Amino acid sequence: MLDFLKRFFNPEPSSVTARERLRLVLLSDHLALAPDVVESLKHDLISVISKYVDVDAANCDVTFEQQDRAVAMLANIPILGMKPAAKKPPEPPPSPEAPRVELTPASAAVAEPPAETLAAPEPAAPKPRRRRRRRAPVNAAAHG
Amino acid sequence: MHELREEPLPAAPPPPRPRGRAIVVTSGKGGVGKTTTTANVGVALAATGARVVLVDADVGLRNLDIVLGLEARVRHHVLDVLEGNADLDDALVSDKRVPTLKLLAASQTREKDDVDTAAFRGLIERLRERFDYVLIDCPAGIEKGFQNAIVGADEAIVVCTPEVSAVRDADRVVGLLGDRVSIRLIVNRLRPALVRRGKMLSVDDVNAILRLPLLGIIADEPGVIVSTNKGEPISLDAASPTGDAYRKIAGRITGTDTSAPEAPREASFFDKLFGGQR
Repeated sequence: MLDFLKRFFNPEPSSVTARERLRLVLLSDHLALAPDVVESLKHDLISVISKYVDVDAANCDVTFEQQDRAVAMLANIPILGMKPAAKKPPEPPPSPEAPRVELTPASAAVAEPPAETLAAPEPAAPKPRRRRRRRAPVNAAAHG
Repeated sequence: MHELREEPLPAAPPPPRPRGRAIVVTSGKGGVGKTTTTANVGVALAATGARVVLVDADVGLRNLDIVLGLEARVRHHVLDVLEGNADLDDALVSDKRVPTLKLLAASQTREKDDVDTAAFRGLIERLRERFDYVLIDCPAGIEKGFQNAIVGADEAIVVCTPEVSAVRDADRVVGLLGDRVSIRLIVNRLRPALVRRGKMLSVDDVNAILRLPLLGIIADEPGVIVSTNKGEPISLDAASPTGDAYRKIAGRITGTDTSAPEAPREASFFDKLFGGQR
């Protein structure tokens, strides 16, 4: 009802609606057309999450889905178990003198540095607007 | 019959020009006015004295001939030439109204898959030796017909109407054309009154997404439909503002017109009352 009144008193020109719909659909079109970007995003996500928990890297799934007013990134990352080091804060705040490039190697107690150091210098991929979905991880087969 | 200038330029374009420019007119979506654009821009280019050939690459759905009003004069088509069944010179249809314009019609009874991509590229190369401008009317879609049409071109005109579907498809086509081809945009069928009332995407809205150099803006007006009915491209009509818009597009292609494209003016009350053309 409120929605109806709002629409009645403040009608949004349909060209504005068209613009917004186009923006969203093209965002998801471009994501679908850039599998390499999505793949490297997925790779980086997994490597970050692996710092805290053991994940089933072979069965991870990252998809994009258009929702009402945004494109949502849905990541389904099965967790195999916690890591003992996960409770520690991941990094001390970087001191001014510390070189910025070397983030992982010797400092914190992270389990597998080799994979992470490989993933670290990846260039920043175009950032999709993401929204966290508040529900338990479900099977990835839903999006296909 | 139609005189665009008092004195047509003598047919002597700049002499030491090795190859003409091959420009594909494309859009992705069908029905946005590719063929009408090809016809009108081609006629306007030829009216400047440039040697122009229009190639209909829409094999199976031949239309450029009828939009130009040359349908009765087509004897051979593009596949006849590609397959060696006709001489290129015999297949080129002349236009009495604009002596420097030629048409190579598409084949109506064949399919796009019948066109050999390498052979088509070779044909465009041959035409570039002989003409200043080779305009290729691309079929809708992004399949083989599209691939054939773009293969020989190094410039593209993307035609887009102010509709979500057309913009989305144009965006896709721009991605497929890649960096090899320099692309410019014609926004077709704009209705200024609707844009003013917020009921239609504006040229800026369209180009905020496509981000292409703007070649021109064409109004959605009855004159275009009437001219197509008659087979007389509106760019031959010296009195028509739309014809003028096409002539300016031709000028921007040749480089003689450096003005920025302007949005068409709204039809006035009197325009609507008297309707103008029939």
